[in-house]
Amino acid sequence: MSDHITEIVVFTFLFLLVSVMGFVASRWRAPKDMAHLDEWGLGGRSFGGWVTWFLVGGDLYTAYTFVAVPALIFGAGAAGFFAVPYTVIIYPLFFLILIRLWSVSHRHGFVTPADFVRTRFDSPTLALVVAITGIVATMPYIALQLIGIEAVLKTMGVTGESPIARHLPIIIAFAILAAYTYQSGLRAPALIAFVKDTLIYIVILVAVLWLPYKLGGWGAIFDAADAKFQTSPNPNDGITLSANNQVQYFTLALGSALALFLYPHSITGVLASRNRDVIKRNMSALPAYSLLLGLIALLGYMAVAAGVKPLPGATPGSVDSNTVVPLLFDQQFPAWFTGVAFAAIGIGALVPAAIMSIAAANLFTRNIYKEYLRKDATHAQEANVAKITSLVVKIGAVACIVFLDPQFSIDLQLIGGVIILQTAPAVVIGLYTRWLHRGALIAGWAAGMAIGFWMLWQIPNAATGRKHFGGSAFPLSEFGFDTPRTIYVGFVAVLVNALVAAIVTLVLRAAKTPEGVDGTSPDDYFADEGDPRVERQRTTPIDNVSST
Amino acid sequence: MAEPDRPRTDRSPWNWLLIVPIVVPLLTFLYNRDEPRIAGFPLFYWLQFAFILLGVLTTTVVYQMTKRGRS
Repeated sequence: MSDHITEIVVFTFLFLLVSVMGFVASRWRAPKDMAHLDEWGLGGRSFGGWVTWFLVGGDLYTAYTFVAVPALIFGAGAAGFFAVPYTVIIYPLFFLILIRLWSVSHRHGFVTPADFVRTRFDSPTLALVVAITGIVATMPYIALQLIGIEAVLKTMGVTGESPIARHLPIIIAFAILAAYTYQSGLRAPALIAFVKDTLIYIVILVAVLWLPYKLGGWGAIFDAADAKFQTSPNPNDGITLSANNQVQYFTLALGSALALFLYPHSITGVLASRNRDVIKRNMSALPAYSLLLGLIALLGYMAVAAGVKPLPGATPGSVDSNTVVPLLFDQQFPAWFTGVAFAAIGIGALVPAAIMSIAAANLFTRNIYKEYLRKDATHAQEANVAKITSLVVKIGAVACIVFLDPQFSIDLQLIGGVIILQTAPAVVIGLYTRWLHRGALIAGWAAGMAIGFWMLWQIPNAATGRKHFGGSAFPLSEFGFDTPRTIYVGFVAVLVNALVAAIVTLVLRAAKTPEGVDGTSPDDYFADEGDPRVERQRTTPIDNVSST
Repeated sequence: MAEPDRPRTDRSPWNWLLIVPIVVPLLTFLYNRDEPRIAGFPLFYWLQFAFILLGVLTTTVVYQMTKRGRS
């Protein structure tokens, strides 16, 4: 542990610095009245271009991404690079689709995607389904942020023997995080994101300039990786894709992009911006992070070229490939700079974890508490419930890591991406048309969930010897196609979902099942800053609307 | 403030341009090659990095052409 002392000091210093910032954030752009969900949960819906850029960037590119994507490249090569096309196509999609959600949410005061679904389809049940899906998908994502920090702590040697001692640093870190999120709401991660991203940019710029110089240039790095994959028994690894994983590559990129913008935390980041122009402008500026992510991904190859051997995993005989990037830094950088790099990853975990817990808390408050438990809740009560929920969510995430096998969280995250996609027909198609019937959307969701789970259950993982939940690449031969190609599970599941929703819509139409009344007007989807808002009618239950 | 008379819309032919950065990065046959390399980077990598630039350019153009105050 002593040879890591400089790293630990630098890490701790930067960590404490952002903790102070987190608490101070409650006074930053302070509103007159913090006791409102718009303030705590969406930062007053007032963020301009820069804040949004840092917030959404800090939100989408999580510590887990920084650790897991290069780990994937380290292990499998080109297939892990899907992160780049994935984060290229996401911004035009945001530009076209999410902007409508911003407008309609601005007009109606929606805080969550489920709020929108409820008003659009006049269906609290469908909203509940969307909300629960969002919460369930987000929880393991928060837990994964802890794995990001843990990879760093492990490399610094800050680990004990007993389960509690091993996890004590993380428990402390999350307790601090929980405290300032409770106090400052979305303002805390927004402010900390500045530090996080500045650190990450510095570290990566240094890494991509300095490391190739030390390792003999980019050509030598790719050649070293090529040589490693040539000798490996796996036919599908390599520095380019094989014939069999190309369909998987692009369906995973597309599916992940769709999933990412359905995740409650990305929607929270977008809804917090001030107007449509801020969002549109950001969609041309946010790809700077994609460039960063692509370079981070290539750290995996640098680790190959530098001969990094990952630390042992939780079970004997396994390796924790998430430690390759921390080890690479530890091996190649002077100690103080390694400390900075580790702090960047550690703080990088806090920003998304805070936003995710806020997003999950918003969902619970708006679509479960207010809908079912206390219909007449005031704004102050809503804000209060959300704050407490955010604490519960974080305790849950820590418990997942301390008491369960971390692999369980990784499995859940894999499932999370697939299940969040099942809200796409209601949220995305719903932004354009109300043609799909609310009942059919629920049926489609159920069908998509069922087939998604079934497919994930079928996939073994050869590397770890597990029979189920071994990955998201589903062999098409299981469907009876005569091919060794694979496809992304979520992509198939959401197609099935949409198909079922369409068929059931026709059936319900024919049976003249009531469709409810659309609470939005076409104009709402283009509303902008300064337009009058519609006062929510949800406090007084409307009984007569859907009976016509 | 909005002009109440004209029904508002964000429809614009420029939006179609955004199909390009959504579709092109998904066409694996375009970039699944090692050669030619640029500065040591196999084509697979430098071309996908170039797609980031494509995304930036197209969203910037569409934003400039559709932003508020421009009709």
